Amino acid sequence: MSPTNYLLLSALLFSIGTVGVLVRRNAIVVFMCVELMLNAVNLSLVTFSRINGSLDGQVMAFFVMVVAAAEVVVGLSIIMAIFRTRRTASVDDANLLKY
Amino acid sequence: MGSQSFSDALGVDYGALAPLLIVLGGACVSVLLEAVLPRVRRRSVQLVFSLAVVVVALAAVIIRATSGAGDVVVLAGSLSVDAPGLFLWGTLLALAVPSVLMLADRSVEPGGVFVADPEALAEAQERVGAGSLRSTSSGLPSGTGTDTHGVVGRRGGAGPEPTTPPEMHTEIFPFVLFALGGMLAFSAANDLLTMFVALEVLSLPLYLLCGLARRRRLLSQEAAVKYFLLGAFASAFFLYGVALLYGYAGSVRLADIAASAAGPLRSDALLFAGLALLVVGLMFKASVGPFHTWTPDVYQGAPTPVTAFMAACTKVAAFGAILRVFTVAFGTTALEWRGVLWAVAIASMVIGTVLGITQTDLKRMVAYSSVAHAGFILIGCLAITPAGLSGTLFYLLAYGFTTIAILGLVSLVRSGDGEAGHLSGYAGLAQRSPVVAAALSFCLLALAGVPLTSGFTAKFAVFSAGLADGMAPLVIVGLVCSAIAAFFYLRVIVLMYFSDPAPDGPTVSLPGPMTTVAITLGVAVTLLLGVLPTAALEWAGAGTFLG
Repeated sequence: MSPTNYLLLSALLFSIGTVGVLVRRNAIVVFMCVELMLNAVNLSLVTFSRINGSLDGQVMAFFVMVVAAAEVVVGLSIIMAIFRTRRTASVDDANLLKY
Repeated sequence: MGSQSFSDALGVDYGALAPLLIVLGGACVSVLLEAVLPRVRRRSVQLVFSLAVVVVALAAVIIRATSGAGDVVVLAGSLSVDAPGLFLWGTLLALAVPSVLMLADRSVEPGGVFVADPEALAEAQERVGAGSLRSTSSGLPSGTGTDTHGVVGRRGGAGPEPTTPPEMHTEIFPFVLFALGGMLAFSAANDLLTMFVALEVLSLPLYLLCGLARRRRLLSQEAAVKYFLLGAFASAFFLYGVALLYGYAGSVRLADIAASAAGPLRSDALLFAGLALLVVGLMFKASVGPFHTWTPDVYQGAPTPVTAFMAACTKVAAFGAILRVFTVAFGTTALEWRGVLWAVAIASMVIGTVLGITQTDLKRMVAYSSVAHAGFILIGCLAITPAGLSGTLFYLLAYGFTTIAILGLVSLVRSGDGEAGHLSGYAGLAQRSPVVAAALSFCLLALAGVPLTSGFTAKFAVFSAGLADGMAPLVIVGLVCSAIAAFFYLRVIVLMYFSDPAPDGPTVSLPGPMTTVAITLGVAVTLLLGVLPTAALEWAGAGTFLG
């Protein structure tokens, strides 16, 4: 199978993630959509690595995974803090700051 | 490894890397201090240690810059220590000094602006009983209830009296050092992967710092969630841009991307799609134009010292990276993409100015003003000339100190439940506190770009560089926006000097030594760069980016 198909799949996953961030209301689901975007990028990196015939892309995918894991720690702790005070994780309810 | 020989690539030039290593190493040690020190001594030790780290790193930058050591690419080509990079490092570290001082201050907000340490809170409650501390009744990790603490400028530390509010979290010091280390790496990154990792290292501590305010917990946490979700969203775009550019060039080294673009013809789709996505991520961090939506909310909700740190340092780091990416990786293809970024710069200036007029909260106004200023700075970035580079670097230095001073002053004007914030609170401030009003007016005039302030010199440098590079329409929009923006700065000044204070209006706290030093430093640099800009301009124009 041509590696280009993987690039298309990656673009599709990235788009799904983007749409998910824009339309979903629960902070955790929004965050999962961001993770989907990051993993779509990983797929792209690995595919490009294959096309270019170098290992750099695969190494970069590892970096991305580590960074994504760190982001999960920080993100979930922030979401949990706001859930404790508000009893909701909906991003629509966080509306004190505007205009 | 590029053109470097293998042994060069493996050797580490510690002299060039010293500032970065000192800050990141200091951050690690700071985490350890948190673990081993007894709670009562943590704050003072952490404060002294953090300040020492920043000052030593700043000294290392100055030694490096004056030693005449050439520009080098270190760590197998992932970081580039060159003249503009050293200027950015110097700027970041110099701005970090007043930031750390403000973060550590507890004269304005008793106990410090950050949430109370849970242990300290529990101890304080035990000592005082349920009477005067009415917090954590709902199990919240908060110190919201330490109300009405009359006198400001109380000295705490060892053996706090019953009335002393519980000590704040001291984890903020390692956070700040890590964020600072990320910023240093971000502005010196010579490949996109390093840039991405540095972006996260600088962002993650900032997300947390935003959510740690002692007062107005809901606003603070809301700011943290918004900043985090949007920041993660933007960094995903950045990363996809990196992947596409890797596909295009077969390398993420900035110079390799430029070489590929100049080489034999290949699909430009990957190059420009990659650049577009990359730019979204970078512009988000620099709070430019249409990617600014997080800025007002986060600036308002975060504790004011954090806002100052973010507004000054993040902007320097982000624009440093933007300059480097534009100049080194995309300088050769500038003609093809510059038009799109014209639109972004115009959007940024117009949005910042027009929405800034409608604001009623001073911190939000500063946020929109920072969006407008980001547009002005972008003009300098788009002029890919030495004049544009030096103008932008100077602008970043000048803007950073002015913003820190303004936010420091904003933190002094307080009503019963924290900072006043709302513009009406500033009515007649000149009668209550002439010094604060005068300093605030001076800084606002600097933001407006009045001569004899650093803002004028900076704007002049950036606009003349833009004009010289054939961006006359952009410069005209910039000038019109500056004129309109002057309105809302002057409105605050008029309010402070020519209206009567409300009887129940906010009071002006007497700042402790640390905030005083921070504000004085900001005001002094603003004045100095306005009156004698030559030395800084010369240093800013000392060299160009190394590929």
